[in-house]
Amino acid sequence: MLARAVTHALVGLDARRVEVEAHVGGQIPGFTIVGLADRAVTEAKERVRSGVRCAECDWPRGRITVNLAPAALRKEGSAFDLAIALAILAASGQVPRDKLDRHAVHGELALDGRVRPVSGVFAVAEGAKRAKMPRIICAARSAHEAALAGVEPVPVWHLAEAVAYLRGELEPEAVPARNGRPPPAAPDLQDVRGQERARRALELAATGGHNLLLAGPPGTGKTMLARRLPGLLPALRDGAALEVTRIHSVAGILRPEQPLVTTPPFRAPHHSASAAAIVGGGRGPRPGEASLAHRGVLLLDELPEFVRPALEALRQPLEDGVISVARAEATVLYPARFQLVGTMNLCPCGARGDPLLACSCTPQRLTAYANKLSRALLDRFDLVVLVPRPRAHDLAGPAGEASKPVRERVAAARERLEQSVPTRDEEADALLTRAVESLPLSGRGRARVARVAATIAALADSGVARSEHVAEALSYRAPRELTA
Amino acid sequence: MNELALAAFAAERGVHARLEERSARFAAFRKAFDGARYLAALERRGFRWLARSDLRFPPLLRTIHDAPSGLFLRGSGDPDVLARPAVAIVGARACSGYGTQVARMLGRELAAAGLVVVSGLARGVDGEAHRGALDAGGATVAVLGCGIDRDYPAAHAELARRIGDTALVVSEYAPGVEPAPWRFPARNRIIAGLAQATVVVEARERSGALITADFALEEGREVLACPGEITSSLSAGSNALLRVGATPLTSAADVLEVFGLHAVDGAEVDVSATAQALLAELDAPLTGDELVRASGVGAAAALAALSELELAGLVSSSAGVFRRTGR
Repeated sequence: MLARAVTHALVGLDARRVEVEAHVGGQIPGFTIVGLADRAVTEAKERVRSGVRCAECDWPRGRITVNLAPAALRKEGSAFDLAIALAILAASGQVPRDKLDRHAVHGELALDGRVRPVSGVFAVAEGAKRAKMPRIICAARSAHEAALAGVEPVPVWHLAEAVAYLRGELEPEAVPARNGRPPPAAPDLQDVRGQERARRALELAATGGHNLLLAGPPGTGKTMLARRLPGLLPALRDGAALEVTRIHSVAGILRPEQPLVTTPPFRAPHHSASAAAIVGGGRGPRPGEASLAHRGVLLLDELPEFVRPALEALRQPLEDGVISVARAEATVLYPARFQLVGTMNLCPCGARGDPLLACSCTPQRLTAYANKLSRALLDRFDLVVLVPRPRAHDLAGPAGEASKPVRERVAAARERLEQSVPTRDEEADALLTRAVESLPLSGRGRARVARVAATIAALADSGVARSEHVAEALSYRAPRELTA
Repeated sequence: MNELALAAFAAERGVHARLEERSARFAAFRKAFDGARYLAALERRGFRWLARSDLRFPPLLRTIHDAPSGLFLRGSGDPDVLARPAVAIVGARACSGYGTQVARMLGRELAAAGLVVVSGLARGVDGEAHRGALDAGGATVAVLGCGIDRDYPAAHAELARRIGDTALVVSEYAPGVEPAPWRFPARNRIIAGLAQATVVVEARERSGALITADFALEEGREVLACPGEITSSLSAGSNALLRVGATPLTSAADVLEVFGLHAVDGAEVDVSATAQALLAELDAPLTGDELVRASGVGAAAALAALSELELAGLVSSSAGVFRRTGR
């Protein structure tokens, strides 16, 4: 007897339809899985055999052959378990074959037959919707995620439930496409005392989506400031939220209680991260931190401590907003339109820029440190702020402005920027030209200043960027300490 | 021709020229040396030779003990620039933000007043002094401690080119001579020798800048030192100079006084009212945040005013701390 179940394999962020064909026949007992399956898939044999018994179904006698088609596509992971089990049960006549045909199936089996959630359910459910599959059988814990894609989920806790449903003995409860509690709020800007310049730069970064570099001696609050940027960003719009949700679903980091990601993601990989961890990769490519930060903030704390290949690999996504991971079998595209925030010391020993300490670095070490950041990468930071050590009375001062009013200003300015980008008046142009000559400023540096000036004008609710806006924008250029 | 032969011989053997002047080895070398051909090869590479016996050789340098047999020149400047009133600005390679700013300010103001700024093209104070002089459009001379064809440190190759565009890069060493530790003190005697006054901006206790100051004192030239924090090891050498009687440097005018000159008043710079108020606050160095608070006009307006002041050259910043340039 032959039966078929439909499931999906993930290639990048794309769900590809995979048909699980099961054949039961012959006399000699045996169980084979064919169709370019990796180790985790072939191990499904043991989970499926045990799961089927625990669901109080019969393990068919005879030879069982499972084929995963198309055979040319490499299949990885444990998400095929449920489909294999149901296909075998259908092939042995224990569940109706035609009903199984009309469902997408996605889930991992435990040895006791429970259905475990797996990553990528949202992307798979989207694939099922495209293929006009009305329903998807999946783990109850990922049902909300599937519902987001507009496919009716059949949430099951146990293989037995899936069997009962297919036999028509159980109707699934409807799962509304609702979104639960938002994640805990990002830390508030109120906690930061003093640091007027850096605060202003954060507001500009949030408004214009500019990349921001904070440099200064250790302990001056660079990281603290950087962590407060996500709290200033407006919530994600619907399209962006779905994009982010898809990536996070494939990476398996969606929170079951709130499957739709509505707040801009914030990622802060440790500086020991490899290039593949940052931009994505691996044998079966996975999205990296840069893609997980899509439509949000990527914080690279201690920027020069990252390995150079990891930093240089960021240049492509910073320019194009996508990362292409090329493998022999296929090239995978991951969206990565993130806002980069970096922090760094001014020298390896950290004392530079601190009036209380004497820097012990040799000129050679300083040069080597500065050279770790290529010009090309440094050029991509629109805003560079030196954060000096605050003096004691700054820290005793009153609490700063809270995040909420800043967020409101940012949202209003963003709307204005969307309608029209302020252009420079004559005086502003003259100032910019003068700065290019006397500072001096590179061509890319000029464009950067112009961009920031437009953001400043939008924040000030001014239709044109005037000379004072350009002047302020000039104060965020990279200082000589970093470029020399 | 004897002088050129001596320089070429010193370069070939890696020795100090004066010690070999009467040796038999040099006599043999001298016999085989084809001066005209050497000069032609030199000029093909864009270098010139200024012998000690040449009338245009800087008179101040000629009078020092152990004067070089001549100077190799690079750049488009006239050799006469070496004979003009000159001030040497020297100091630590690893200098503080304060040292950087003082060196740059001195370079700019002294060059603007018409002095030639002489220094050693090193990192730190030296480089900043050169840059300051170039900022002001003045003349500045770099004295190398290696062959005239080398840029040492390599990071200052571009700076050396800019210096050569308007004035001169000089060295007593022929092309091909590698930088060696003992050549730098020897180079310092030329820096001190070219200048009537030597300014030490920031120097550690055993710094090459102090060697330059010693040479200057031996030749009876003026030595000025810039006072530094007494707790900072970076200033220990320059403060020690003050203790033994060097003239304290409190502004560029102190140097100009030595030459009987007056500072040129920069044209009044027109800046906004906010910028003027900020400038008035800057009696002592302040961080950007402190300036924002002191201005009372909010970060946006204060930062715009700061850029305005920086563009006008009235304020400079280093590591997030702003200072008046003293203009």
